[in-house]
Amino acid sequence: MATVQVSEAEKVYILHGVRDDLRVDGRGCEDYRHMEIETDVVSNTDGSAKVSLGHTDVLVGVKAEIGKPRPMVPHEGYLEFFVDCSANATPEFEGRGGDELGVELSNTLYKVFNNRSSIDLKSLCISPGEHCWVLYVDVLLLQCDGNLFDAISVAIKAALFNTKIPKVHLSENEEGGKEIELSDDPYDCMRLNVENVPCIVTLCKVGYRHVVDATLQEKACSVASLIISVTHKGTITCVRKVGGGSLDPESIFEMTEVRQDPPPPYSSSCHLPFRPSQHISTGFPVRRSNCNRFV
Amino acid sequence: GEVERVNKLICVRPLKTRFNGEVGDVVVGRITEVQQKRWKVETNSRLDSVLLLSSVNLPGGELRRRSAEDELTMRDYLQEGDLISAEVQSVFSDGALSLHTRSLKYGKLGQGVLVQLSPSLIKRQKTHFHNLPCGTSIILGNNGFVWLYPTPGQQDEEAGGYYTSLEPVSLSDREVISRLRNCLLALAAHKVLLYDTSVLYCYESSLPHQIKDILKPEVMEEIVMVTRQKLVEQEG
Repeated sequence: MATVQVSEAEKVYILHGVRDDLRVDGRGCEDYRHMEIETDVVSNTDGSAKVSLGHTDVLVGVKAEIGKPRPMVPHEGYLEFFVDCSANATPEFEGRGGDELGVELSNTLYKVFNNRSSIDLKSLCISPGEHCWVLYVDVLLLQCDGNLFDAISVAIKAALFNTKIPKVHLSENEEGGKEIELSDDPYDCMRLNVENVPCIVTLCKVGYRHVVDATLQEKACSVASLIISVTHKGTITCVRKVGGGSLDPESIFEMTEVRQDPPPPYSSSCHLPFRPSQHISTGFPVRRSNCNRFV
Repeated sequence: GEVERVNKLICVRPLKTRFNGEVGDVVVGRITEVQQKRWKVETNSRLDSVLLLSSVNLPGGELRRRSAEDELTMRDYLQEGDLISAEVQSVFSDGALSLHTRSLKYGKLGQGVLVQLSPSLIKRQKTHFHNLPCGTSIILGNNGFVWLYPTPGQQDEEAGGYYTSLEPVSLSDREVISRLRNCLLALAAHKVLLYDTSVLYCYESSLPHQIKDILKPEVMEEIVMVTRQKLVEQEG
């Protein structure tokens, strides 16, 4: 991830601030920055979303292709993730510099979505054992200002919501093989149920307390962070620890208690019917534009 | 950008540019490298600026020739990542700046907050060090780096600026500093020229809002509008 240099005195200032629950930009330890979500931004994908969280910009595109289902699960489709850290974000990502971070992010996303309940994979099946929908989720990092995981997870949720998968008709052709016809009508499509798609909350340990949505300076002062992905019902799908520092088991329990509170207003705001440019004041201001319906 | 005309010569100063230093500018910079007899300082210009060992005040305020020992203990004075305030002494032929901290008001910076903005937004004034009436001090570096810090109680003159206090800063000072930081970002987003008066007016007009709300776009617009009105009234 992009790093900034921080002097010793600045670190001390940030640590004392976090201890007193007043961060450098006036937020409390559990406040998010201003977030803007836009869907349907890329026209040649089946679904797309762009999320700006402070200065972090993430663009996600979802393409649906027909492929062969995995041999162990012939009745389900699957998702493929790919994260591209573009050199636009920071000069460190030039050439192969961003590959390591991209692979780490993709692996985390696979783990997060690797369960029965996030996405209804059975609905992606066309004919068991032969054809299924494969959703290729491509994430592009445009700007990096800390807290990539949260922004990416929100963008993926929005993009999957926005995805329109064309309806298919199966028919038999002359030789007895199956033929797949995609309907020509662009409005005749299937939407995905994204209620159970988890969102990721990153908690960084700064001093003795943890902060949500850390900026790059705060990350430079933290030794370890915990990445928890949670659905709106409160089920945790994945927990990962990042960083070289150690986390006390008690502090981990404390952190999991904390994340119970931010996600419910956070992901439930994604379930309210959309009104253009509305601010949802649930402690997590979100502005949406160009959305059709965010149910 | 801004247009300047001298007879038939037209110059345009861009709104977003790297810092082009001139002799006498006050800058706030971060040490990137420690080299033999000098430090390299990042000042948001095209090349890293240079701070020579002979241009700093030694701790203790001594005036003596720099010895080989001083060279070896350079890292004790200024390390990589440290922030300093300095003045531009001269400009090399390739455009790199040579800095000096030969006065007691310059030197290593202690606890506080750095805000990085565009250099063209900082107004050139007689002095860039201000003690604001709200209880904090501000250094408006010409290179766009603005340093906010709690006003020191008593000047520690003997240490020559190299002693940094690591005492916790009080919560009220912190709130003022955070509010000022958000105000600076709001003013920069709306391209308002920054100097002590404009920063102060913005601070006053932001008082009815909560600190963390200042960065919301609508609140930012409102605050900057009020600030602009006040500034126009003050001029007129």
